[in-house]
Amino acid sequence: MEFPILSVMILLPLAAGALLLLLPGDEAGKASTARWIALGTTLVELILGIVLWLGFDTGSSAFQYRETVPLFEPFFSWELGIDGISLVLIALSVFLMPICILASWESVKVRVPEYMAAFLLMEALMIGVFAATELFLFYVMFEGGLIPMYLIIGIWGGQNRIYASYKFFLYTLLGSVLMLLAMMYMVSVAGTADIPTLMSYDFAESAQVWLWLAFFASFAVKMPMWPVHTWLPDAHVQAPTAGSVILAGVLLKMGGYGFIRFSLPMFPDASVDLMWLIFGLSMVAVVYTSLVALAQADMKKLIAYSSVAHMAFVTVGLFGFNQQALEGSIVVMLSHGLVSGALFLCVGVVYDRLHTREIAAYGGVANVMPRYAIFFMLFAMASVGLPGTSGFVGEFLVMLGAFQASTWAVFIVCTGIILAAAYMLFLYRRVAFGTITNPAVEAMRDLTAREYACLVPMAVVVLWMGVAPNIFIDPVRAPVADIVARLDAAGAPQQQVELVAAPGTTAETVPGASR
Amino acid sequence: MLQTLVFLPLLAAIIAGFGNRALGNTLAKVVTTGALFISAMLSWITFFDVGFGDVSYTVPVMDWMRSGDFVVDWSLRLDTLTAVMLIVITTVSSLVHLYSWGYMAEDPDQPRFFAYLSLFTFAMLMLVTANNLVQMFFGWEGVGLASYLLIGFWYYKPSANAAAIKAFVVNRVGDFGFSLGIFGVFLVFGTVDISVINGTADAYRGGTFTFLGTEVDILTTLCLLLFVGAMGKSAQLGLHTWLPDAMEGPTPVSALIHAATMVTAGVFMVCRLSPLFEAAPAALTVVTYVGAATALFAATVGTVQTDIKRVIAYSTCSQLGYMFFAAGVGAYGVAMFHLTTHAFFKALLFLGAGSVIHAMHHEQEMTHYGALRKEIPFTYWAMMIGTLAITGVGIPLAGIGFAGFYSKDMIIESAFASGSTAGFVAFAVGVFAALLTSFYSWRLIFLTFFGKPRWAGSEHIRHAVHDHPSDEDAGHPPHEPAEPVVAEGTGGYHPHESPAVMLIPLAILSLGAIFSGWLFYYPFTGAEEGAEFWRGSLAFAAELMEEAHHVPVWVKLSPFVAMVTGFLIAWNNYIRRPGSAPAFAAQFSALYDFLKHKWYFDELYHYVFVVPAMWLGRTLWRRGDEGTIDRFGPNGIAGLVGRSSVAARALQSGYVYSYALVMLIGLAAAAAWFLPGMLRGE
Repeated sequence: MEFPILSVMILLPLAAGALLLLLPGDEAGKASTARWIALGTTLVELILGIVLWLGFDTGSSAFQYRETVPLFEPFFSWELGIDGISLVLIALSVFLMPICILASWESVKVRVPEYMAAFLLMEALMIGVFAATELFLFYVMFEGGLIPMYLIIGIWGGQNRIYASYKFFLYTLLGSVLMLLAMMYMVSVAGTADIPTLMSYDFAESAQVWLWLAFFASFAVKMPMWPVHTWLPDAHVQAPTAGSVILAGVLLKMGGYGFIRFSLPMFPDASVDLMWLIFGLSMVAVVYTSLVALAQADMKKLIAYSSVAHMAFVTVGLFGFNQQALEGSIVVMLSHGLVSGALFLCVGVVYDRLHTREIAAYGGVANVMPRYAIFFMLFAMASVGLPGTSGFVGEFLVMLGAFQASTWAVFIVCTGIILAAAYMLFLYRRVAFGTITNPAVEAMRDLTAREYACLVPMAVVVLWMGVAPNIFIDPVRAPVADIVARLDAAGAPQQQVELVAAPGTTAETVPGASR
Repeated sequence: MLQTLVFLPLLAAIIAGFGNRALGNTLAKVVTTGALFISAMLSWITFFDVGFGDVSYTVPVMDWMRSGDFVVDWSLRLDTLTAVMLIVITTVSSLVHLYSWGYMAEDPDQPRFFAYLSLFTFAMLMLVTANNLVQMFFGWEGVGLASYLLIGFWYYKPSANAAAIKAFVVNRVGDFGFSLGIFGVFLVFGTVDISVINGTADAYRGGTFTFLGTEVDILTTLCLLLFVGAMGKSAQLGLHTWLPDAMEGPTPVSALIHAATMVTAGVFMVCRLSPLFEAAPAALTVVTYVGAATALFAATVGTVQTDIKRVIAYSTCSQLGYMFFAAGVGAYGVAMFHLTTHAFFKALLFLGAGSVIHAMHHEQEMTHYGALRKEIPFTYWAMMIGTLAITGVGIPLAGIGFAGFYSKDMIIESAFASGSTAGFVAFAVGVFAALLTSFYSWRLIFLTFFGKPRWAGSEHIRHAVHDHPSDEDAGHPPHEPAEPVVAEGTGGYHPHESPAVMLIPLAILSLGAIFSGWLFYYPFTGAEEGAEFWRGSLAFAAELMEEAHHVPVWVKLSPFVAMVTGFLIAWNNYIRRPGSAPAFAAQFSALYDFLKHKWYFDELYHYVFVVPAMWLGRTLWRRGDEGTIDRFGPNGIAGLVGRSSVAARALQSGYVYSYALVMLIGLAAAAAWFLPGMLRGE
């Protein structure tokens, strides 16, 4: 038997987390040990992630590294395996994790072992979500992943953390119940809980719509899509910095992953039929949340609202039904994970110094923290989608592809590039530029070595993905092509270009440029 | 060589930017300026190879992105059109780098400034060497970023920050159109490769596709969308509002970015895609009208501005309008000709203005100038040459004159020769705008260098005289008095001529302003020489050029007459009877206010876009998210579950977390336990 790398990646942080809860010693000593163990574990995970990528056959759409351990026959077994889409998202998770641990190094002071354990538990569950190939195993991981997040917000959060975690909980509850019912139905009809099998199973068209809607209830909340997005700003505002990073970086991607793993391949007819719903909500989301972001006075809230707008690009891309749009969506997911994660880190950096997220309390930060200002500018520009950064590649591919499905949707969504520039530059100006009006800002020191260690890797990957993104797209090409083929068979819309008959020539219809 | 030329400025920017204080001012300046001079030298060699040899090629650099059939690579394309842009960009940029040694000498942040300048140059070079629309867009946004950073270079000035954001956001409106244009091009052509698009555009003539639910002509729609991008970058009417405000940036920046290079990117784009535009005559008509309207609009506004940089900014805007209507009537070679000559004389005018501002201790209001002719003679002569060039002074029919004489007159003649209605309108507007150009340019000269000194009224001058340690590195609050205080006299101030590093670039650019028209007239616009020179790098219309060279004599004379008339009006109002201008303004106060407020575009946009956007943002947040979604969503549910205090207590006890955990485990267990039985029962 091969080395069960996926199981190890899930169980290692779980074991390390359990160990942290049993640490002996006094408070300070425990905290220090916990930090180092957590960092060590997440770094090992990162190395395992790299090994995983290196051993992955990027040309294939098949699930790889498959493992099966029967637990409760015939359903609910420990079945793991990844395709390219899972791979890149696992890579994102293990990349962000050590950075989160570092970001919490000094800012978290109470119950450190428990905090680190919660993060390690979350890492295990995140990898589990992306690696599970069994329906119920996926469900447990998917819903279970929220529990450490509730804890992180509810225990280590800000002033209003109870309300935030309560809201988060309420929203996700409804969706998860419907999804579970839908899964039970699917298993009873298809006779299998194996995700790869279900991905090519043809459900009756009438049933597809109901199943699609049940899954939609869960995924739309996770994305989050308008109008079920209001938990996100509160959750972000109350969460500690690293919590925000993981929330924006990975948890929001679970919704998109759900759509691409379940809704599109399993219910292609329903996806095509309900495209209008997704496009409609996404178009509203981009304009609505971008405008709301413009009016925010709290840094984290502003970035949270911008996340909702960016995730709307993901949904537009997923339902653009062609190679460019889907690959673009995945790149937006990766890019947003990095960029908004980095932006939350940037907020965290100044929050640690001034202990406020009020934009008005800042101003002139560039004077005292010029190095910080460079990073903040880079990530703000990546968020705006400047070519050369990861933000551009994703959004551009999404719109390029979706243009073939709906020019209206792209026309509206594309206004997001104007609005994003407005709210991000407005934020940047109020924080970094101008003269220093708050004397406390004067005393702020520039980045520490630990903060560099967090921001530099992010910056490198953001630029790498902006200048040479192919390596990040390569693994997903084959699985995306399979999904697109299924959607095509379901009659996904495609633009026709008509050449009218000029005198002396014959009329012809050129099919939309590409798939 | 091409790679070296393009990437050297990037390398220099990285060294200067990251080295920053560690590197020190001098080293940062040497690295960036040195790199730019090498680039400029290589550009000129390239230019002669390409323009007068038969070199043209595309060098691949590396893969960029690939998705399905969509393939975009980083590559550098070299043909005559690119080569022309290369010399314009690198020449002006290297001179501006050199000039900034003097102009920015007292700034504490010099490495950052020079790094930005070099970064800009790199982005601009990527733009003009692009062989696909996406790389062009990269350069396009890259120069936008550099422009944003440089306008806001003095980031402690609120006005500079506002101007920087405005420039970026308004340009993004243009980019919105550009992006949609690229998506449409890919939809139709299946590629974003410029050579392929230009080569196959003709096949799509008359074709239609559905855009926004309407059946529309393919090529017209695509060209118009792309043109929206061009309008944004080149500050054409409607999307021009950012350019005058961009004058908040240091003056060398205005010369390089907002006069000679970046703002001409839109013109370059239309020329680069000229075969595509040629296949969309309706779009070209729009280009012509927009260009003509901008030429007129900006010239009228330029006549009443009192800030020396703003006058030149509106002048730039107006000249860009000329270039666009030249392209609109199909005279792409002429548009590029004016782009080139304009780069030299406009950079000269801006750097000259910078020298005046430097001499006058950062005073930019012409109302506080006067009589500077003898104080700063070198600058005076440079500005004179610039003015002679922009107003198009020359001997008509004999064909000898300054740069603008060749290029602007050629535009006007081409518009006439095109024979279309739009062309004729553009011709008429062009002639009238030439009168206005002459008027505002001479007005600038007379107010600045002639008459009596009015320096005493200037705050900057008073600061200087009283040896007030004001922030030398410029960056004063914007000086915009509603009714400028005119106090005559020198106020005890002695203007000083700028140092040699600033004067050398002026001298070189002066040569360009004098000779570039004469030198490039035939290669760029001659019916036969042009075809030979451009060699298919743009849609060169030899017939139109032939006709343009042979328009009736009155057409050839009309810009000259307009130019002389404009000069006489300016001379009459500012030299002969200096009081007559204010009197005229008072008499026609409605017109004056209309022009002074720049046709009320800023006010209009403020109330139509900015205010509603902020209001909508607040309303959607308070009324939408909090007032509706939350109220009936989560908070409503809380109300149903029990009084919120009970719920809150339950939450605080940690009960909900346990509950959630139990629920999940329970559900999972139930599923695992019951399902097999359920299914077996089926």
